Amino acid sequence: MSEPSKIDPAKGLDVQDVVKRAIELNDYSYLLEKVPYSQFIGMSVARFGDEMVFRLPAKDDNIGNPILPAIHGGVIAGFMEMSAIVQLMVFMQAKKVPKIVDFSIDYLRAGLHQDTFAECKITRQGRRVANVSINCWQTNRKQLIATARAHFLLD
Amino acid sequence: MKTNSDFFPLTEVATRFVNQLAQCRRLGLTVQEASEHHVLIELPYSQDIIGYPDTGVIHGGVITTLIDTACGTAVVCAILKKYQSLELSPTLDLRVDYMKPAEPHKSVYAFAECYRLSSSVAFTRAIAYQDSIDEPIAHAVGSFMRISPEMVGEEFRQALMGNLPGAKS
Repeated sequence: MSEPSKIDPAKGLDVQDVVKRAIELNDYSYLLEKVPYSQFIGMSVARFGDEMVFRLPAKDDNIGNPILPAIHGGVIAGFMEMSAIVQLMVFMQAKKVPKIVDFSIDYLRAGLHQDTFAECKITRQGRRVANVSINCWQTNRKQLIATARAHFLLD
Repeated sequence: MKTNSDFFPLTEVATRFVNQLAQCRRLGLTVQEASEHHVLIELPYSQDIIGYPDTGVIHGGVITTLIDTACGTAVVCAILKKYQSLELSPTLDLRVDYMKPAEPHKSVYAFAECYRLSSSVAFTRAIAYQDSIDEPIAHAVGSFMRISPEMVGEEFRQALMGNLPGAKS
């Protein structure tokens, strides 16, 4: 296992190469490993044909509300944002990591202390901006815990 | 940055609140100031929260977490001052606009205020910045659902209010 948190930012990283290798190997964890934040929250991804499902396993460090307990809303948002970024990178074979422009999330129910899943839809992909909508659920895909929309800058 | 907590009497409660949240402890969030009108929270830079490994810029999700926490804390403070009661409001929605990337190796600050408190919803806004609030990294608005003070467990109330003057349980 490589040490993802020991990346030297000055050294740089060939994003296109990482994406290409992830697609070739059909192993997207390879891509997530390169992003320290995705390791920080512990997310993973599985690809089924053209579909990608992202997973955020139950993790004590991700708790916000200790009473319920429930996952911190910001972690859910970060998980969904990262999911959208990966989805864009894989389906666009990106040369660069897309830059977030805005992120708007609706919380529908509490994210309990259990595994959480997300899927993304690229609503529109223009030359410079992409719109992505993200759904997030736990036990049942039809009972979403959050939905979000985001814009990303591609160039 | 050094601030005088005497000026902002809710700093202690806000600090205790933030420290109750595991994710916030993990990120090392610290409350710099808190009053009935505003909250200022610092997020230290760390290698663990990088979102753009090619540049070392931190992930937008961390900024969202910082802002969500700051806005939520601002709501707790506003309600505490206005009603002398402790309520924990879940986020209804949050919109974050990213103005520019955060510079690596520097803390990010979030300034949040609860600008309207109605009977069932609290409205907040926040700015995340590094050197100056006039050069924001992100702007955000969020609304929070109010829930009754009874929903706050006794243990949690103690953790926040225990032996603090000026709050009835």
